Amino acid sequence: MSAATTAAVHSGSDPYKIGHSDEQASQSTGHGEGGPASKRVVVGFGFWIFLLSDIVMFAAFFAAYAVLASATAGGPGPRQLFDLRNVQIETACLLLSSFSCGLATIAAERRHRVTTQVWLIVTGLLGACFLGLELREFSTMIGEGAGPQRSGFLSAFFALVGCHGVHVTAGLLWLGTMMAQLWFKGFKPHVLRRLLCFSLFWHALDIIWVALFTVVYILGVRP
Amino acid sequence: MLGKLSWAAIPFNEPIPLIVSIIMVLSVVGLLAFVALKGWVPYLWREWITSVDHKRVGVMYCLLALVMLLRGFSDAIMMRSQQALAYNAPGYLPPDHYNQVFSAHGTIMIFFVAMPFVVGLMNFVVPLQLGVRDVAFPTLNSVSFWMTASGMLLINLSLFIGNFARTGWLPYPPLSELAFSPDVGVDYYLWSLQISGIGTLLSGVNLVTTILKVRAPGMSYMRMPVFCWTSLASNLLIVAAFPILTATLAMLILDRYLGFHFFTNDLGGNPMMFVNLIWAWGHPEVYILILPAFGVFSEVISTFSSKPLFGYRSMVAATMAICVLSFMVWLHHFFTMGAGADVNAVFGVATMIIAVPTGVKIFNWLFTMYGGRVRFSVPMLWSLAFMVTFVIGGMTGVLMAVPPADFVLHNSLFLVAHFHNVIIGGVLFGAFAGYTYWFPKAFGFTLDERLGKAAFWCWLIGFYVAFMPLYVLGLMGMTRRMQHYDVAQWHPWLIVAAFGAAIIALGIGFQIAQLAWSIRTRDRRRDLTGDPWDGRSLEWATSSPPPIFNFAVLPDVHGEEAYWHIKERALGDQAMPDEPSYGEIEIPRNTPTGIITAFFATICGFALIWHIWWMVLLGFAGAFATFVLFAWRDNAEFVIGAAEVGRIDRERRAARAIRLPTREQIA
Repeated sequence: MSAATTAAVHSGSDPYKIGHSDEQASQSTGHGEGGPASKRVVVGFGFWIFLLSDIVMFAAFFAAYAVLASATAGGPGPRQLFDLRNVQIETACLLLSSFSCGLATIAAERRHRVTTQVWLIVTGLLGACFLGLELREFSTMIGEGAGPQRSGFLSAFFALVGCHGVHVTAGLLWLGTMMAQLWFKGFKPHVLRRLLCFSLFWHALDIIWVALFTVVYILGVRP
Repeated sequence: MLGKLSWAAIPFNEPIPLIVSIIMVLSVVGLLAFVALKGWVPYLWREWITSVDHKRVGVMYCLLALVMLLRGFSDAIMMRSQQALAYNAPGYLPPDHYNQVFSAHGTIMIFFVAMPFVVGLMNFVVPLQLGVRDVAFPTLNSVSFWMTASGMLLINLSLFIGNFARTGWLPYPPLSELAFSPDVGVDYYLWSLQISGIGTLLSGVNLVTTILKVRAPGMSYMRMPVFCWTSLASNLLIVAAFPILTATLAMLILDRYLGFHFFTNDLGGNPMMFVNLIWAWGHPEVYILILPAFGVFSEVISTFSSKPLFGYRSMVAATMAICVLSFMVWLHHFFTMGAGADVNAVFGVATMIIAVPTGVKIFNWLFTMYGGRVRFSVPMLWSLAFMVTFVIGGMTGVLMAVPPADFVLHNSLFLVAHFHNVIIGGVLFGAFAGYTYWFPKAFGFTLDERLGKAAFWCWLIGFYVAFMPLYVLGLMGMTRRMQHYDVAQWHPWLIVAAFGAAIIALGIGFQIAQLAWSIRTRDRRRDLTGDPWDGRSLEWATSSPPPIFNFAVLPDVHGEEAYWHIKERALGDQAMPDEPSYGEIEIPRNTPTGIITAFFATICGFALIWHIWWMVLLGFAGAFATFVLFAWRDNAEFVIGAAEVGRIDRERRAARAIRLPTREQIA
């Protein structure tokens, strides 16, 4: 068979091409017309996917908490243990830190170096306050003999809330690194991309905290 | 100072592990010394270990899988020979050792053979098929690989320092709790999987981003090759399922290290929660493995039938249907838990529904072959064997999806036969097909056909001889993981199965011979054009091996089977397309971040296993320092000038132009 006939056989007239789109159509459908996306889009999108996986991990801890919430093994339950006032202050700290993180993003978009740093410091301080309050809550509970070894319920509680706390700690370490980079390097494209990722991360921790606050604390102490 | 670690951890009084360990240590040391004496270290460091090129990383993943296949297979040989001998006798493996062998076999084969093999193939192929230069995050890719390697190192360390889990490949509590498994075996399992699991998760994030955001111009979703689609589905599953594994193993770690009560018998713990959680990851995991294999078969069958894939869009739909359904069937792994008839029925029916999209795929492959000019090369043989074998395995799976049948067959050798039938017949055959198919793309020369066919036939026949008896034994009532038994009727079948394992060993021998012989004779099996199989997708548009930038100019895609149309046009015109105008290309710099991170991860993991707390802190501090240092780097890229790009691409065009008039010989 000559090359020309081979070409004809494999053109659009092929009777076996069921389930294929029209070869003659020159417009490409769906996304992908323009080739690879810009670096900023790729990095932001990739980080969203990572956050998605992180949220799935939290979902597993939430599921474990839901299963073990009533497994107090004769020990103290949510109503004896949770101090909603403390949790309210914690929530306020975290939500405000998310707000100041947003302000830092706006300042970064306007390339105000000092303002960005100030709002990042505020974000970090509020995050540290949150962490301090959480640690105080944990140590009080452990002091009262209600540590994670006491019951399945407390294991699930400490793991779920603690996992969020570990994320906040990691976020603070990241924040410190970010601030140092901003200080020494200025608004370089890769620093800005990381700032974007950091703010996504910080807001995601907020979303998780809202779920946690609702499922663990509010539902826990309801009459 | 050294936690639980002492000289007692070395198995001085157990001859088999001791001798194996000594042989392994000596061969690793010997290999390293050989490499060092030959002066290859700088080359390896520069070109491979620190490489962030997706092609190199993909090849290293596959290499890791092949090496670990030998380790996992030697466990298999030990089990088969033990059971062949242990009729009314203790055999040669003491129970304690035998339990470690079957646990290690499953863990290694899934996490360190099947996973790296498919991840390696995806890494290598997907950017090439999408017509782009690399994955979305090249450095992260290298980190992922080295994390997997770190997990592999830890699991192998368990052979001669301490011991491995005796719990099976999924450490069900309460057996895996500290109360019943007080030594380091389960800890080796937990930490090596946590570390390699992070690597897998990051690689999933990377490939999802690549497929959704980094494609050549015009490469719309419905123009992607099916392998890209199955990779997308598989990596979406990784992103959605691996965090569950991480969380579940973290809970078991908390139980074992800090006295939590997630899965304990007492104080409110719930062991069945572990089983639910682990299978919520575990069932998607089997589709993470099989979907890329489906993609390989789609590419191979279409190429070697010289026809477009039949029912492309239904193939895409079936792939995504499997992706979603895979999350809705996990309970079929423990129908006997006692969830009740209604729950079992729902999950049984859901399980059977998965057979529908899979059946769609089988028919599509058959119709692709129908009316085509089928070439029975080695990758095609693997694909044909897959279709027959996988249908058998699928049918026994549907059979066990019937809850009453499952109550009879649960934990029997019937189950063992079933999942080996689908994993060997599906995933492994797919990996071997992909290995043979893309080998010339990776290295620039083809693998020997004759030895490849010998290996294929040994594997195929060996598989049937080894595993069909297990179906019979399962129906005869033999449960899995038996160290010895006293039923006379079982004995002949187990001898046959051991014989089958020996035939598979022969197949592996042929594969090693094939690789060695092909390397020796590489000069006369060079693939000069970059398109040895008359391929249809973009990876065949570039040279073999591809230049570091894959494509001098990103291809402009006008329809499905992007390369086929470029090729047809060139053959019709008897001329190469006009020379494009070349521009400079930015390439990410190599970096040792991956291996340094993995080094600290290994230290952390080892220290955590043996409770050496200062070393844990050291490892964490090191990993964080690496992260900060890497983030501090400013010029992460280097530039290849337009002249150099043009020179490389003109060579490729010249090699192809020579072939233009001789199409008949190939087609």
